[in-house]
Amino acid sequence: MATRTELLIGTRKGAWVMTDNGRRGDWRLEGPEFLGQIVNHYVADPRDTKVRLIAAKTGHLGPTVFRSLDGGKTYKEASRPPAFPKSEDSATARAVGHTFWLQPGHAREPHVWWAGTSPPGLFVSEDDGATWDSIAGFNEHPMYDKWVPADSGTPDGPLLNQILIDPRDPAHMYLATSTGGVFESLDRAKTWTPLNQGVEANFMPDPYPEYGQDAHYIALAPTKPDRIWQQNHCGIYRLDRPGTRWDRIGKAMPGEVGDIGFTIVPHPRDADTAWVFPMDGTDVWPRTSPGGRPAVYRTSDNGASWTRQDRGFPTAQGWFTVKRQAFCADDAAPLGLYLGATNGEVWASADEGGSWRAIARHLPEIYSVAVTPG
Amino acid sequence: MINILVPSQLHSYSGGLSRLEASGGSIAEALDDLDRRYPGIRFRIIDEQDRVRPHMRLFVGREAARDIRRPLADGDELLIFGALSGG
Repeated sequence: MATRTELLIGTRKGAWVMTDNGRRGDWRLEGPEFLGQIVNHYVADPRDTKVRLIAAKTGHLGPTVFRSLDGGKTYKEASRPPAFPKSEDSATARAVGHTFWLQPGHAREPHVWWAGTSPPGLFVSEDDGATWDSIAGFNEHPMYDKWVPADSGTPDGPLLNQILIDPRDPAHMYLATSTGGVFESLDRAKTWTPLNQGVEANFMPDPYPEYGQDAHYIALAPTKPDRIWQQNHCGIYRLDRPGTRWDRIGKAMPGEVGDIGFTIVPHPRDADTAWVFPMDGTDVWPRTSPGGRPAVYRTSDNGASWTRQDRGFPTAQGWFTVKRQAFCADDAAPLGLYLGATNGEVWASADEGGSWRAIARHLPEIYSVAVTPG
Repeated sequence: MINILVPSQLHSYSGGLSRLEASGGSIAEALDDLDRRYPGIRFRIIDEQDRVRPHMRLFVGREAARDIRRPLADGDELLIFGALSGG
Protein backbone atom coordinates (compact mmCIF):
# COMPACT_ATOMS: atom_id res chain seq x y z
CA MET A 1 0.00 0.00 0.00
CA ALA A 2 1.54 3.31 -1.05
CA THR A 3 -1.23 5.71 -0.19
CA ARG A 4 -0.78 7.68 2.99
CA THR A 5 -3.48 7.07 5.58
CA GLU A 6 -4.76 9.91 7.74
CA LEU A 7 -6.86 9.56 10.89
CA LEU A 8 -8.87 12.47 12.28
CA ILE A 9 -9.30 12.05 16.02
CA GLY A 10 -11.83 13.87 18.18
CA THR A 11 -11.43 13.73 21.96
CA ARG A 12 -12.96 15.16 25.08
CA LYS A 13 -10.14 17.72 25.10
CA GLY A 14 -9.39 18.59 21.49
CA ALA A 15 -8.55 17.19 18.06
CA TRP A 16 -5.50 15.32 16.80
CA VAL A 17 -4.37 13.97 13.43
CA MET A 18 -2.37 10.80 12.80
CA THR A 19 -0.64 10.09 9.51
CA ASP A 20 1.31 7.04 8.43
CA ASN A 21 4.28 6.58 6.14
CA GLY A 22 2.28 4.89 3.39
CA ARG A 23 2.65 1.41 4.85
CA ARG A 24 0.44 1.79 7.91
CA GLY A 25 3.41 0.95 10.11
CA ASP A 26 4.98 4.21 11.21
CA TRP A 27 2.47 6.69 12.55
CA ARG A 28 2.98 10.33 13.41
CA LEU A 29 0.73 12.16 15.84
CA GLU A 30 0.08 15.88 15.36
CA GLY A 31 -1.96 18.23 17.49
CA PRO A 32 -3.78 19.25 19.43
CA GLU A 33 -6.10 21.55 17.57
CA PHE A 34 -8.66 23.33 19.73
CA LEU A 35 -7.17 22.10 22.99
CA GLY A 36 -9.82 21.96 25.68
CA GLN A 37 -12.73 21.83 23.28
CA ILE A 38 -14.98 18.78 23.49
CA VAL A 39 -14.76 17.37 19.96
CA ASN A 40 -17.57 14.94 19.27
CA HIS A 41 -16.86 14.49 15.57
CA TYR A 42 -14.04 15.41 13.18
CA VAL A 43 -14.72 14.51 9.56
CA ALA A 44 -13.20 15.10 6.13
CA ASP A 45 -15.40 15.46 3.06
CA PRO A 46 -15.04 12.51 0.65
CA ARG A 47 -16.06 14.85 -2.21
CA ASP A 48 -13.22 17.26 -1.40
CA THR A 49 -10.89 16.15 1.38
CA LYS A 50 -9.59 19.69 1.86
CA VAL A 51 -12.94 20.39 3.55
CA ARG A 52 -12.99 19.27 7.20
CA LEU A 53 -15.57 19.95 9.87
CA ILE A 54 -15.21 19.73 13.64
CA ALA A 55 -18.17 19.62 16.03
CA ALA A 56 -17.03 21.32 19.22
CA LYS A 57 -18.05 22.88 22.49
CA THR A 58 -16.39 23.34 25.86
CA GLY A 59 -17.45 22.82 29.43
CA HIS A 60 -18.41 26.49 29.54
CA LEU A 61 -19.04 27.65 26.01
CA GLY A 62 -21.89 26.76 23.70
CA PRO A 63 -21.62 24.48 20.70
CA THR A 64 -20.16 25.42 17.37
CA VAL A 65 -18.70 23.99 14.18
CA PHE A 66 -15.16 24.74 13.04
CA ARG A 67 -14.45 24.34 9.35
CA SER A 68 -11.32 24.08 7.26
CA LEU A 69 -11.23 24.50 3.49
CA ASP A 70 -7.48 23.86 3.16
CA GLY A 71 -7.01 20.37 4.53
CA GLY A 72 -6.77 21.39 8.16
CA LYS A 73 -4.15 24.13 7.85
CA THR A 74 -6.56 26.84 8.98
CA TYR A 75 -9.99 26.82 10.55
CA LYS A 76 -12.86 29.29 10.70
CA GLU A 77 -15.97 29.06 12.79
CA ALA A 78 -19.40 28.55 11.24
CA SER A 79 -21.09 31.92 11.03
CA ARG A 80 -24.41 30.28 11.94
CA PRO A 81 -23.91 26.99 13.83
CA PRO A 82 -26.77 24.49 14.23
CA ALA A 83 -29.50 26.07 16.37
CA PHE A 84 -33.20 25.44 16.86
CA PRO A 85 -35.68 28.14 15.79
CA LYS A 86 -36.45 30.81 18.36
CA SER A 87 -39.46 29.79 20.43
CA GLU A 88 -42.13 31.91 22.09
CA ASP A 89 -41.99 29.74 25.21
CA SER A 90 -38.45 30.13 26.46
CA ALA A 91 -39.05 27.81 29.44
CA THR A 92 -39.48 24.75 27.26
CA ALA A 93 -37.63 25.91 24.16
CA ARG A 94 -34.90 23.69 22.80
CA ALA A 95 -31.32 24.83 22.47
CA VAL A 96 -28.56 22.77 20.90
CA GLY A 97 -26.33 21.45 23.66
CA HIS A 98 -23.78 19.95 21.31
CA THR A 99 -23.46 18.77 17.75
CA PHE A 100 -22.78 15.06 17.86
CA TRP A 101 -22.63 13.88 14.25
CA LEU A 102 -21.44 15.50 11.03
CA GLN A 103 -22.43 13.84 7.77
CA PRO A 104 -21.12 14.87 4.35
CA GLY A 105 -24.01 15.04 1.90
CA HIS A 106 -24.65 12.84 -1.10
CA ALA A 107 -21.98 12.69 -3.81
CA ARG A 108 -24.33 14.52 -6.18
CA GLU A 109 -24.89 17.34 -3.65
CA PRO A 110 -21.54 19.10 -3.26
CA HIS A 111 -21.15 21.48 -0.29
CA VAL A 112 -24.13 19.89 1.51
CA TRP A 113 -23.57 18.59 5.05
CA TRP A 114 -26.00 17.26 7.64
CA ALA A 115 -25.67 17.46 11.41
CA GLY A 116 -27.27 15.63 14.33
CA THR A 117 -27.38 17.20 17.77
CA SER A 118 -28.34 16.85 21.42
CA PRO A 119 -31.16 17.38 22.18
CA PRO A 120 -32.11 15.50 19.05
CA GLY A 121 -32.08 17.84 16.09
CA LEU A 122 -31.44 17.52 12.37
CA PHE A 123 -29.71 20.37 10.55
CA VAL A 124 -28.43 20.96 7.04
CA SER A 125 -25.77 23.18 5.54
CA GLU A 126 -25.56 23.98 1.83
CA ASP A 127 -22.25 25.85 2.06
CA ASP A 128 -19.67 23.46 3.50
CA GLY A 129 -20.78 24.04 7.06
CA ALA A 130 -20.71 27.86 7.16
CA THR A 131 -24.43 28.24 7.90
CA TRP A 132 -26.91 25.68 9.17
CA ASP A 133 -30.69 25.43 9.00
CA SER A 134 -33.09 23.49 11.19
CA ILE A 135 -34.97 20.69 9.40
CA ALA A 136 -38.62 21.15 10.31
CA GLY A 137 -39.52 17.71 8.90
CA PHE A 138 -37.90 16.15 11.96
CA ASN A 139 -37.37 18.95 14.50
CA GLU A 140 -40.97 20.17 14.27
CA HIS A 141 -42.57 16.80 13.58
CA PRO A 142 -45.89 16.36 15.47
CA MET A 143 -44.46 13.18 16.99
CA TYR A 144 -41.14 14.77 18.03
CA ASP A 145 -41.87 14.75 21.78
CA LYS A 146 -42.93 11.11 21.67
CA TRP A 147 -40.16 9.93 19.37
CA VAL A 148 -37.32 11.66 21.16
CA PRO A 149 -38.50 12.69 24.64
CA ALA A 150 -36.28 15.19 26.38
CA ASP A 151 -36.27 13.37 29.71
CA SER A 152 -34.44 10.29 28.47
CA GLY A 153 -31.24 9.58 26.69
CA THR A 154 -27.55 9.27 27.34
CA PRO A 155 -25.57 10.83 30.21
CA ASP A 156 -24.68 13.59 27.74
CA GLY A 157 -28.34 14.06 26.83
CA PRO A 158 -30.62 12.50 24.24
CA LEU A 159 -28.99 12.26 20.83
CA LEU A 160 -29.73 12.34 17.17
CA ASN A 161 -26.53 10.41 16.85
CA GLN A 162 -26.34 9.50 13.22
CA ILE A 163 -27.44 10.36 9.70
CA LEU A 164 -26.99 8.03 6.73
CA ILE A 165 -27.68 8.76 3.07
CA ASP A 166 -28.36 6.07 0.48
CA PRO A 167 -25.53 6.35 -2.07
CA ARG A 168 -28.06 5.65 -4.84
CA ASP A 169 -30.57 8.32 -3.86
CA PRO A 170 -29.92 11.55 -1.91
CA ALA A 171 -33.58 11.70 -0.87
CA HIS A 172 -33.36 8.35 0.94
CA MET A 173 -32.03 8.88 4.44
CA TYR A 174 -31.84 7.12 7.80
CA LEU A 175 -31.48 8.61 11.29
CA ALA A 176 -30.37 6.89 14.47
CA THR A 177 -31.48 8.30 17.81
CA SER A 178 -30.83 7.34 21.42
CA THR A 179 -34.46 7.64 22.45
CA GLY A 180 -36.54 6.71 19.40
CA GLY A 181 -34.44 4.24 17.46
CA VAL A 182 -34.09 4.40 13.68
CA PHE A 183 -36.15 6.55 11.31
CA GLU A 184 -36.33 6.59 7.52
CA SER A 185 -37.10 9.37 5.04
CA LEU A 186 -37.79 8.90 1.35
CA ASP A 187 -38.17 12.61 0.56
CA ARG A 188 -34.91 14.23 1.69
CA ALA A 189 -35.85 14.73 5.33
CA LYS A 190 -39.32 16.18 4.80
CA THR A 191 -41.13 13.24 6.44
CA TRP A 192 -39.94 10.41 8.66
CA THR A 193 -41.16 6.96 9.65
CA PRO A 194 -39.91 4.74 12.51
CA LEU A 195 -37.99 1.67 11.35
CA ASN A 196 -37.63 -0.48 14.45
CA GLN A 197 -39.57 -3.71 13.98
CA GLY A 198 -37.89 -6.57 15.79
CA VAL A 199 -35.51 -4.33 17.76
CA GLU A 200 -35.70 -4.79 21.52
CA ALA A 201 -36.09 -1.99 24.03
CA ASN A 202 -35.92 -3.92 27.29
CA PHE A 203 -36.23 -0.70 29.29
CA MET A 204 -39.78 -0.03 27.97
CA PRO A 205 -43.14 -1.49 29.09
CA ASP A 206 -43.54 -2.92 25.59
CA PRO A 207 -40.12 -4.40 24.84
CA TYR A 208 -40.70 -4.24 21.08
CA PRO A 209 -42.29 -0.81 20.56
CA GLU A 210 -42.76 1.02 17.28
CA TYR A 211 -40.22 3.57 18.52
CA GLY A 212 -38.29 4.16 21.73
CA GLN A 213 -35.20 2.06 21.03
CA ASP A 214 -31.64 3.24 21.62
CA ALA A 215 -29.87 2.86 18.28
CA HIS A 216 -26.21 3.30 19.16
CA TYR A 217 -24.92 3.04 15.60
CA ILE A 218 -26.11 2.12 12.11
CA ALA A 219 -24.08 1.56 8.95
CA LEU A 220 -24.93 0.72 5.35
CA ALA A 221 -22.93 -1.99 3.61
CA PRO A 222 -21.08 0.07 0.97
CA THR A 223 -21.42 -2.53 -1.79
CA LYS A 224 -24.98 -3.42 -0.85
CA PRO A 225 -26.73 -0.33 0.53
CA ASP A 226 -29.96 -2.24 1.11
CA ARG A 227 -28.16 -3.90 4.01
CA ILE A 228 -28.14 -1.97 7.29
CA TRP A 229 -26.07 -3.07 10.26
CA GLN A 230 -27.08 -1.82 13.71
CA GLN A 231 -25.35 -1.90 17.07
CA ASN A 232 -28.16 -1.19 19.47
CA HIS A 233 -28.34 -0.74 23.24
CA CYS A 234 -30.10 -4.11 23.15
CA GLY A 235 -27.97 -6.11 20.75
CA ILE A 236 -26.59 -6.40 17.23
CA TYR A 237 -29.04 -6.36 14.33
CA ARG A 238 -29.12 -6.54 10.54
CA LEU A 239 -31.88 -5.42 8.18
CA ASP A 240 -32.06 -6.16 4.46
CA ARG A 241 -34.37 -3.75 2.67
CA PRO A 242 -37.02 -3.60 1.45
CA GLY A 243 -37.67 -5.72 4.53
CA THR A 244 -38.71 -3.87 7.66
CA ARG A 245 -37.98 -6.39 10.42
CA TRP A 246 -34.52 -6.40 11.96
CA ASP A 247 -32.81 -9.71 12.68
CA ARG A 248 -30.92 -9.93 15.98
CA ILE A 249 -27.68 -11.40 14.65
CA GLY A 250 -25.99 -10.75 18.00
CA LYS A 251 -27.61 -13.90 19.35
CA ALA A 252 -24.73 -15.76 17.73
CA MET A 253 -22.19 -13.93 19.91
CA PRO A 254 -20.63 -15.88 22.81
CA GLY A 255 -22.91 -15.72 25.82
CA GLU A 256 -20.15 -14.59 28.20
CA VAL A 257 -19.40 -11.61 25.93
CA GLY A 258 -22.90 -10.67 24.86
CA ASP A 259 -23.88 -8.41 21.98
CA ILE A 260 -23.86 -4.98 23.61
CA GLY A 261 -21.61 -2.26 22.26
CA PHE A 262 -21.56 1.22 20.81
CA THR A 263 -20.51 0.74 17.21
CA ILE A 264 -20.31 -1.52 14.16
CA VAL A 265 -18.06 -1.28 11.10
CA PRO A 266 -18.98 -2.88 7.77
CA HIS A 267 -16.35 -4.09 5.33
CA PRO A 268 -16.20 -1.64 2.40
CA ARG A 269 -16.00 -4.42 -0.21
CA ASP A 270 -17.66 -7.43 1.40
CA ALA A 271 -21.31 -6.94 2.30
CA ASP A 272 -21.35 -10.05 4.51
CA THR A 273 -18.54 -8.85 6.79
CA ALA A 274 -18.62 -6.46 9.74
CA TRP A 275 -16.85 -5.88 13.05
CA VAL A 276 -18.10 -4.92 16.51
CA PHE A 277 -16.33 -4.01 19.75
CA PRO A 278 -18.41 -5.55 22.56
CA MET A 279 -18.77 -4.00 25.98
CA ASP A 280 -20.17 -5.21 29.26
CA GLY A 281 -23.90 -4.48 29.34
CA THR A 282 -24.73 -6.69 32.30
CA ASP A 283 -25.70 -5.82 35.85
CA VAL A 284 -25.11 -2.07 36.34
CA TRP A 285 -23.79 -1.64 32.82
CA PRO A 286 -20.06 -1.13 33.37
CA ARG A 287 -19.61 -0.37 29.63
CA THR A 288 -16.09 -1.80 29.76
CA SER A 289 -14.44 -4.55 27.75
CA PRO A 290 -16.13 -7.76 28.96
CA GLY A 291 -13.95 -9.38 31.64
CA GLY A 292 -11.26 -6.75 31.12
CA ARG A 293 -10.19 -8.49 27.91
CA PRO A 294 -10.71 -6.17 24.91
CA ALA A 295 -11.47 -7.74 21.54
CA VAL A 296 -13.26 -7.09 18.30
CA TYR A 297 -15.58 -9.69 16.86
CA ARG A 298 -15.88 -10.26 13.15
CA THR A 299 -18.66 -11.84 11.17
CA SER A 300 -18.10 -12.93 7.57
CA ASP A 301 -21.46 -14.58 7.09
CA ASN A 302 -24.06 -11.86 7.73
CA GLY A 303 -23.96 -12.37 11.48
CA ALA A 304 -24.61 -16.11 11.50
CA SER A 305 -21.33 -16.54 13.38
CA TRP A 306 -18.70 -14.32 15.00
CA THR A 307 -14.94 -14.77 15.40
CA ARG A 308 -12.96 -13.21 18.25
CA GLN A 309 -9.96 -11.10 17.18
CA ASP A 310 -7.85 -10.03 20.15
CA ARG A 311 -4.20 -10.53 19.19
CA GLY A 312 -2.26 -7.55 20.52
CA PHE A 313 -4.90 -6.30 22.91
CA PRO A 314 -4.34 -6.67 26.68
CA THR A 315 -5.12 -10.21 27.80
CA ALA A 316 -6.19 -9.04 31.26
CA GLN A 317 -7.02 -5.83 33.11
CA GLY A 318 -7.92 -3.94 29.97
CA TRP A 319 -11.06 -2.02 30.76
CA PHE A 320 -11.49 0.49 27.96
CA THR A 321 -14.35 0.65 25.55
CA VAL A 322 -14.97 2.28 22.18
CA LYS A 323 -17.62 4.91 21.59
CA ARG A 324 -19.97 5.38 18.65
CA GLN A 325 -17.82 7.32 16.19
CA ALA A 326 -14.49 5.85 17.28
CA PHE A 327 -14.23 2.67 15.18
CA CYS A 328 -13.60 2.83 11.44
CA ALA A 329 -11.95 1.22 8.43
CA ASP A 330 -9.83 2.47 5.55
CA ASP A 331 -10.37 1.07 2.06
CA ALA A 332 -7.00 -0.63 1.57
CA ALA A 333 -6.37 -4.31 0.86
CA PRO A 334 -5.99 -5.90 3.29
CA LEU A 335 -8.35 -3.66 5.15
CA GLY A 336 -7.06 -1.43 7.93
CA LEU A 337 -9.17 -1.01 11.06
CA TYR A 338 -8.79 1.77 13.64
CA LEU A 339 -10.36 2.33 17.01
CA GLY A 340 -10.07 5.05 19.59
CA ALA A 341 -10.56 4.01 23.18
CA THR A 342 -11.99 5.70 26.21
CA ASN A 343 -8.53 5.48 27.83
CA GLY A 344 -6.98 7.68 25.13
CA GLU A 345 -5.32 4.95 23.11
CA VAL A 346 -5.60 4.56 19.35
CA TRP A 347 -5.38 0.96 18.16
CA ALA A 348 -4.79 -0.13 14.57
CA SER A 349 -4.94 -3.35 12.63
CA ALA A 350 -3.43 -3.62 9.14
CA ASP A 351 -4.73 -7.14 8.58
CA GLU A 352 -8.51 -6.91 8.87
CA GLY A 353 -8.52 -7.31 12.63
CA GLY A 354 -6.11 -10.26 12.79
CA SER A 355 -3.67 -8.35 15.00
CA TRP A 356 -3.73 -5.03 16.79
CA ARG A 357 -1.23 -2.55 18.16
CA ALA A 358 -1.52 0.76 19.96
CA ILE A 359 -0.34 3.57 17.69
CA ALA A 360 -1.04 6.37 20.19
CA ARG A 361 -1.37 6.49 23.95
CA HIS A 362 -2.17 9.09 26.59
CA LEU A 363 -4.63 11.12 24.57
CA PRO A 364 -7.80 12.32 26.31
CA GLU A 365 -10.90 10.13 26.13
CA ILE A 366 -11.50 9.51 22.45
CA TYR A 367 -14.90 10.29 20.97
CA SER A 368 -14.28 9.87 17.24
CA VAL A 369 -11.81 8.40 14.79
CA ALA A 370 -12.35 8.90 11.06
CA VAL A 371 -10.20 7.95 8.10
CA THR A 372 -9.73 10.73 5.58
CA PRO A 373 -11.16 9.27 2.37
CA GLY A 374 -8.54 8.32 -0.21
CA MET B 1 -20.02 52.71 26.49
CA ILE B 2 -20.24 49.44 28.42
CA ASN B 3 -17.04 48.03 29.86
CA ILE B 4 -16.87 44.29 29.40
CA LEU B 5 -14.69 41.74 31.17
CA VAL B 6 -13.97 38.86 28.81
CA PRO B 7 -12.99 35.54 30.43
CA SER B 8 -10.06 33.46 29.22
CA GLN B 9 -12.48 31.00 27.61
CA LEU B 10 -13.35 33.68 25.06
CA HIS B 11 -9.89 35.11 24.37
CA SER B 12 -9.73 33.24 21.05
CA TYR B 13 -12.48 35.61 19.93
CA SER B 14 -11.20 38.82 21.54
CA GLY B 15 -7.66 38.44 20.28
CA GLY B 16 -6.45 37.81 23.80
CA LEU B 17 -7.99 40.95 25.23
CA SER B 18 -9.71 40.66 28.59
CA ARG B 19 -11.23 44.12 28.53
CA LEU B 20 -13.47 45.37 25.71
CA GLU B 21 -15.96 48.14 25.21
CA ALA B 22 -19.36 47.82 23.58
CA SER B 23 -22.37 50.01 23.03
CA GLY B 24 -25.96 49.12 23.86
CA GLY B 25 -28.82 49.86 26.20
CA SER B 26 -29.14 46.28 27.42
CA ILE B 27 -27.01 43.18 27.88
CA ALA B 28 -28.46 41.81 24.64
CA GLU B 29 -27.54 44.92 22.71
CA ALA B 30 -24.04 45.04 24.17
CA LEU B 31 -23.47 41.38 23.23
CA ASP B 32 -24.85 42.02 19.75
CA ASP B 33 -22.38 44.86 19.34
CA LEU B 34 -19.59 42.59 20.58
CA ASP B 35 -20.63 39.88 18.14
CA ARG B 36 -20.45 42.26 15.20
CA ARG B 37 -16.78 42.85 15.95
CA TYR B 38 -15.96 39.37 17.25
CA PRO B 39 -18.21 37.04 15.21
CA GLY B 40 -19.43 33.95 17.01
CA ILE B 41 -18.74 35.15 20.56
CA ARG B 42 -22.40 35.73 21.46
CA PHE B 43 -23.62 32.23 20.59
CA ARG B 44 -21.05 30.67 22.85
CA ILE B 45 -22.40 32.67 25.81
CA ILE B 46 -26.12 32.86 24.94
CA ASP B 47 -28.20 30.09 23.36
CA GLU B 48 -30.68 30.43 20.50
CA GLN B 49 -33.50 31.05 22.99
CA ASP B 50 -31.63 34.03 24.48
CA ARG B 51 -30.79 32.14 27.67
CA VAL B 52 -27.39 32.41 29.32
CA ARG B 53 -25.65 29.06 28.81
CA PRO B 54 -25.59 26.82 31.90
CA HIS B 55 -21.91 27.26 32.73
CA MET B 56 -21.61 30.93 31.92
CA ARG B 57 -22.27 33.72 34.42
CA LEU B 58 -23.03 37.36 33.76
CA PHE B 59 -22.81 40.19 36.29
CA VAL B 60 -23.57 43.86 35.94
CA GLY B 61 -21.24 45.28 38.52
CA ARG B 62 -21.72 42.94 41.47
CA GLU B 63 -25.26 41.98 40.53
CA ALA B 64 -25.85 38.61 38.85
CA ALA B 65 -27.85 38.81 35.64
CA ARG B 66 -29.60 35.95 33.86
CA ASP B 67 -31.97 37.97 31.68
CA ILE B 68 -30.20 39.55 28.76
CA ARG B 69 -33.00 42.11 28.41
CA ARG B 70 -31.64 43.80 31.57
CA PRO B 71 -31.00 47.49 30.82
CA LEU B 72 -27.49 48.87 30.90
CA ALA B 73 -26.43 52.47 31.37
CA ASP B 74 -23.42 54.21 29.94
CA GLY B 75 -20.42 53.31 32.08
CA ASP B 76 -21.83 50.05 33.38
CA GLU B 77 -19.50 47.11 33.73
CA LEU B 78 -20.62 43.76 32.28
CA LEU B 79 -18.61 40.87 33.69
CA ILE B 80 -18.63 37.57 31.81
CA PHE B 81 -17.31 34.52 33.63
CA GLY B 82 -16.92 30.86 32.81
CA ALA B 83 -18.43 29.17 35.86
CA LEU B 84 -17.54 25.78 37.28
CA SER B 85 -18.10 23.10 34.67
CA GLY B 86 -16.42 19.94 35.83
CA GLY B 87 -13.20 18.21 34.85
